[in-house]
Formats: sequence, structure tokens, C-alpha cells
Amino acid sequence: MNDANLTLTLAPAAEAPRPLALTPAQDLRGYLGAHLGRALLFFITFTSVLAVLLILVFVVVRSVGFLSQSSLTEFIASQSWRPTAEEPVFGALAIIAGSLYVSFAALVFAVPLGILAAVFLSDIISWKVRNVVKPLVEILAAIPSVAYGFFAVVVLAPWMQNQFGFSTGTNALNAALILAIMALPTIISVSEDSISALGRELREASYSCGATRLETIVRAVIPAAHSGIIAAAVLGMMRAIGETMVVWMASGNAPQIPHPWWDLAQSVRTLTATIAGEMGETPEASLHRGALFAMGVLLLLMTFGMNVISEYFLTRAKKASGRT
Amino acid sequence: MSREKKEDMQTLALTSDIRRSNIRTTIPTIDRKERTPKPAGDVCECAIIRSENFSLYYGSKVGVENITMDIYPCSVTAIIGPSGCGKSTFLRSINRMNDLIPHIRTEGKLLVDGHDIYDKRTNLVNLCQQVGMVFQKPNPFPKSIFDNVAYGPSLQGVRNKGELQNAVEQSLRAAALWDEVKDDLKKSALALSGGQQQRLCIARALATKPRVLLMDEPCSALDPIATGRIEDLMGQLQSTYTIVIVTHSMQQAARVSERAAFFCLGELIEYDRTSKIFENPSKKETEDYVTGRFG
Repeated sequence: MNDANLTLTLAPAAEAPRPLALTPAQDLRGYLGAHLGRALLFFITFTSVLAVLLILVFVVVRSVGFLSQSSLTEFIASQSWRPTAEEPVFGALAIIAGSLYVSFAALVFAVPLGILAAVFLSDIISWKVRNVVKPLVEILAAIPSVAYGFFAVVVLAPWMQNQFGFSTGTNALNAALILAIMALPTIISVSEDSISALGRELREASYSCGATRLETIVRAVIPAAHSGIIAAAVLGMMRAIGETMVVWMASGNAPQIPHPWWDLAQSVRTLTATIAGEMGETPEASLHRGALFAMGVLLLLMTFGMNVISEYFLTRAKKASGRT
Repeated sequence: MSREKKEDMQTLALTSDIRRSNIRTTIPTIDRKERTPKPAGDVCECAIIRSENFSLYYGSKVGVENITMDIYPCSVTAIIGPSGCGKSTFLRSINRMNDLIPHIRTEGKLLVDGHDIYDKRTNLVNLCQQVGMVFQKPNPFPKSIFDNVAYGPSLQGVRNKGELQNAVEQSLRAAALWDEVKDDLKKSALALSGGQQQRLCIARALATKPRVLLMDEPCSALDPIATGRIEDLMGQLQSTYTIVIVTHSMQQAARVSERAAFFCLGELIEYDRTSKIFENPSKKETEDYVTGRFG
């Protein structure tokens, strides 16, 4: 292309310049577009907020009848759950404990494993292998929970019974192990993202101070990524505490607190499994149904509390690293 | 160990004498073909870093090729050249930072203190302890100022709180940052300004008690005032440290360095006294580059 051509192609538009002032019609259109669009987007966003609020209101309202007729202390402090007896007793303590048992035990398995796997993916194996393995790990999250439950009942339960001589194969340990596997993809994926997002600069800084790879990972990489790792653990915990199908199938569904307290080989029952299992058989507006809704409120409070805790940790982590 | 130190100190005294009296008449011309260039009349006889036909390849791409040069203790050596010419690659080869990049291959020798660091039996931790590095972008850890500087010493096994505090204070003083941060060592390093962060990185590198300090364009992200402070710092540090600096700024190279190496397209074109490189280079390419006619 020669110079003359170049000048021609790059010349300003040949026609008369378009007016810079808005015509009234354009002005109106711009005004409407901006405000209507804004209203529409606000409405769409607000719908999801509204849904959360309505669910909360619905669950609370449906549980008010129960809470006013029955004793809250009994609900929280009593271990005996006999909703269909002549003299029904609604003590949810054992069930609340069951939920916490299973979720925390799952986290105890899943968080260290998840962090180790994330470190392995981000810092140890080659980028190529990581790019194959990480999507495979994430596929774990796509397996339906009933399939996990099936595995728990058909494979893990008999194996535990035969191998360790547990009285029952469907117990807190079984449910916790399966929940851990289900929480792993979330924990691995989120913490791996935050660990590899740190970039090479941080690792170079550490190596150049004379650190080994282990020291670099333990003293520089993991501390720098701890906010992401805490977020990953909380996300995993939420998944575990809200999971229903697996715990229903694998936990044994006995509303009891294990005795001694650390014996995970005993059956437990969780809030979610209780709600899912009994909701269909309770008459409308009965005390029993109200009790189940009260359990729902408890679950909401737990997840809300965990959200607050995670937010607290995340803000603190951000402040500590100066990224306010 | 102590004798070496003493020799270093002597060397330093003589070098600074030369610098003060500004004697630039006995400038040696270093022939690249010569294996061991002996700078006549120079006080630093023994090179601390010696590159012998060193080449580094990224896969099939050339990083640097056939670099033969000696770097002398207690002085500032500048590496200049256009972008992508292998300056940083060579610098990062000296403490094997390039190892983090997959598929690299090296040929030739790179000796630090007479030991070929690309030998399989090289203690990389000790290498990095002796050859510290300051990177182009300030990269403090997201920790407190104290923890940043104490990182190296604590890796070396210093657990005693008082000893750590002492090391941190001395390093921060040496990096001319102490007065600005002494009241708030618990503050996050990321809350510092860019220039302060870079000086913190220098302090962190100094805290491991290295003998060589590699600086990879340490001022490229800084304003002229912060740059000036870091250049002053280099002037003070060169009495006890060997500094190798990669820089894009020829004025900076002229201001701070005693010797300068001009790299182009992965090769070492010319290596000589800085004054010679800038006033009377022996190669055409060097002259074109330093006078701004490159290209």
C-alpha cells in the first residue's frame, strides 16, 4: 500500500459531521433507556434477594405455631425426638448434634486433603497435567448426590462393617466420608484458584531468600492464600451441612448423640434428613410439621452464621494483607 | 571466612579510593575471546561470578548464548541492552531463578565462587542465600514489614526474637527504610508505597546476608525520587556487596555502575568499564545503542 492510499483510507468521514447536540427525541430515548433499563435490572436483582427473604419469612412463620405451643427449651435441650408418640416430645438436640457431627467430621477429612491437593495441582505437577486433572476433579461435583448415597450404602457400609467390625455400616463416619468427597471439588477448586492466583512473583521472592520448595509452600504460599482457603473451607462446610440425600442414606438416621462423644461409628441423624424424611408424612398445621419448620429455621441460622464468620475472616484477611 | 572478608574490605577501600580520585585512565579492554580477562591495574583480581560460554535456551528459543564475562566483587556491574536481549535471563541465571520456568536448558559454565552452579550437585538454598535478588516489580510478601525482612533469617534457623529484631533493624537501616517504618513494623508491607516496597525488598534480600545482590530493573516501576534513593543506596552498598543490575536506563547505568555489559539478541557484545562503554565503545553496536541510534 503506498502513502497516497494510506492517507485516503485514514481521512475523516467525508459527509458533514453529525450534530453533537442531542435532539429532543434522542434525549427522551436516552432518558427512558437509562431509567427503564436500570429499573429492569434492579427488579431482576431484587427478585433473588426477595426470594431469600420470602423463604426466610415463610419458614419462620410456619414455625411460629410450634414455637408458641411447645417449649423452645425442650426443642433445643432435649435429646428425645418422639413426634408421633401419644405424648409427643420434640427434642432436637441429638439431631442438631448429628448435623454438626457429620459436617465437622467431613471438614476434618476434606480441608487438609483439599489443601494438599490444591498445592499439588498449583505448585508441584506440571501445568499441562494440572489442566487435565483440575476439570476432572470438578466433575466430582457434578455427580448426583443420590449416586454418592448409593455408593455409601452398597459399597462403603458393608466394607466398614466387615473391615472394622462396626455394629452398623451406615453411621456418622460413613456419611462424613462421603460428604468429604462431595465437598472436595469445591475446596480444591476454590483454594487452587487462590493459590495459583498468587503468581510467580511470590514464589520467586521466597526462593530468592533461600527457601526450599516446602518452606515456600508452607511459609509463603499458604499464608498468602489463607483468605481463599478459608472461603473454600466455608463453602465446603455449607455444602456439607445442607446436603440431604447422602446423609439420609448413609448416616443411619438414629436420633442420638454418639456415646462416647468421639465414636463416629454410631448412627446419627441430621436436620436435613429429618426434614426430608418426615415432611411428607406430617399432617398440615400439626405440631410435628411446625417442629420441622423450626429445624429449617435452625439450618438457616447456621448457614447465616457461617456466612458471617467467613465474611469476618475474609475482611480480616484482606485488612492484614493491606488490600482493604 | 574471615580472611576473605578482610580481603573484601581491602578491596573495597582501594576501589573507593579509585572512585574518589576518579582515575579512569587504566581502563582495560576486555576481549571476549579471552578466557580470563585480566583487567590490568585493577585491584579486584578475582572474579566472584564467572560465566564461561554460558548459554540458556527456552525450548528451542535462545535466551542467552555464549556469554563469557567476569563479575568482580565490591562493585556495581550494569547490564544494558534493548528489550528481549537476554539481560534478565542472564541475571536470573546467576541464582537459578530460571529453574521455575519449564523446558529450560543450559550449556557452558556459570561459576559463583569457583563452583559451577549448573552442576547437579549444587546447594540451591545456599546459592540463593549468597546471591540475593531484587525483582523488577516490588514483591513483598503479604505479611508485616517485620515478617518480610525476618523471612530469610528465620529460614536460616534464627529463632531468637532479639536476634531477629536486630537483623531486621540492620537490614532496614542498610536499605534506608528504617526511619520511615521503625514505629510500625507490624504494618502490612503492602500498605507501603512502591518505592518503600522496593527498598523493603532490598532489605529482605540483605537480611539473608548475601554476598551478591542481583537487581532486575529495580527502579522501572518507581518515580525519579524513589529511583534516586535506590541509586544512592546502591552507592552505599557497593562497598560491601557485589551488585549486578539490569537496567533500561542508560543514565542509571552510567550513574551507578563501574563496569557495564552490553547485551544484544542474547549475546554479549561488549563488556568494559562503564566510562569506556559510554565514551569510547569499541563495538559499533554498542555505540549505536548508547548514543540512541540503535535500530
